[in-house]
Amino acid sequence: MKRYLPFITIAAVLLLAILSGTLLFRSSQRPATQQIPTTLTATAPGPPGAQPPHIKGVQNAPVVLEEFGDFQCPPCAALHPELKKIEAAYGAKVSVVFRHFPLTKLHKNALAAARASEAAGRQSRFWEMHNELYVNQAKWSDAADMRPIFIGYARTLGLDVERFTRDMNDNETVARILADLRRGEALGVTGTPTLFLNNRELPYDTLKSEATLRAAIDAALNGKTQ
Amino acid sequence: MANDVGAAGRGRATWRYTLAAVLSLIGLADAIYLTVEHLTGRGVRCTVVAGCSEVLSSPYATPGGVPLAAIGAAAYFSAFSCATLAAFGYRRAQTLLAVIVVPMFIVTLGLLFIQAFVLRAFCDYCLLSAAVTLCLTVIIATRLMQRH
Repeated sequence: MKRYLPFITIAAVLLLAILSGTLLFRSSQRPATQQIPTTLTATAPGPPGAQPPHIKGVQNAPVVLEEFGDFQCPPCAALHPELKKIEAAYGAKVSVVFRHFPLTKLHKNALAAARASEAAGRQSRFWEMHNELYVNQAKWSDAADMRPIFIGYARTLGLDVERFTRDMNDNETVARILADLRRGEALGVTGTPTLFLNNRELPYDTLKSEATLRAAIDAALNGKTQ
Repeated sequence: MANDVGAAGRGRATWRYTLAAVLSLIGLADAIYLTVEHLTGRGVRCTVVAGCSEVLSSPYATPGGVPLAAIGAAAYFSAFSCATLAAFGYRRAQTLLAVIVVPMFIVTLGLLFIQAFVLRAFCDYCLLSAAVTLCLTVIIATRLMQRH
């Protein structure tokens, strides 16, 4: 009997591994029709935003623009193409960090949009979804059910739609948004868009045109090279 | 007297391989959990560090489309099988265990490097797996040193 004991042990562990894996798999599957909360409140100042943040551009760029944005806010959507021009013009000199700051009291679909972007981020498509949400803002802003619209964007971006839907509902997705929100609150952000250039808040007027933004970036770059 | 020393050495080796089997079981449980969470698409929540989703949703977590956790589960199961057989005195299993654990250790070092310097995020479950592999390596290395 002792001769067979190691083989029996190995077979038992294999059986147990398959059984526990199957049970865990079944218990982990959740219905995709879970309700998405549309409000979010956070008052206490917290840690410095979601880690790692969503960064477009090189890590150690001389100019870092940190945007606190709300996907449903029209001025944020207006700033979006301006920032894209800046990114294209300055290349490795400028990197852009996006922080969620959904104004849930004003914009009923802002949090769901932030969740959609984070869910896309889990599949390495944050910036693509970020673009879809801003470019198509008018199409989903007032939608009673934004879910099929966001799922449509996910499909367009080639995402695993089932995973995307689950990730939208995941607690860690909300935790990242909340972390960004807390950072914004700690920095004194009250509205969107708010931009910080190398940790200094830019006056709102600076954001109104590409030219004023360029001037602020050039000043920062010249300051660095002097 | 020489026989007593030999028996004591064998006894220590048995305990060492039993410990290696238990550690492999911990690694196997960890890897099964991560594989299941990957397959169900759920985000794994970290309790000690805060980078689980970044690490586990990175391209490094699915080399060639295969979940790394599933490969880890297979490796830990192989290590468990060899350690169990080795504890029962199968000498070939001792050699085979070393052949399995050495690449596991090298891959673990690579994954730790990726977490620290590429992703700049750590995941609890990956660190637990790294600790288990490190312990297995120490057990195998000390056993090999004893034999030679």
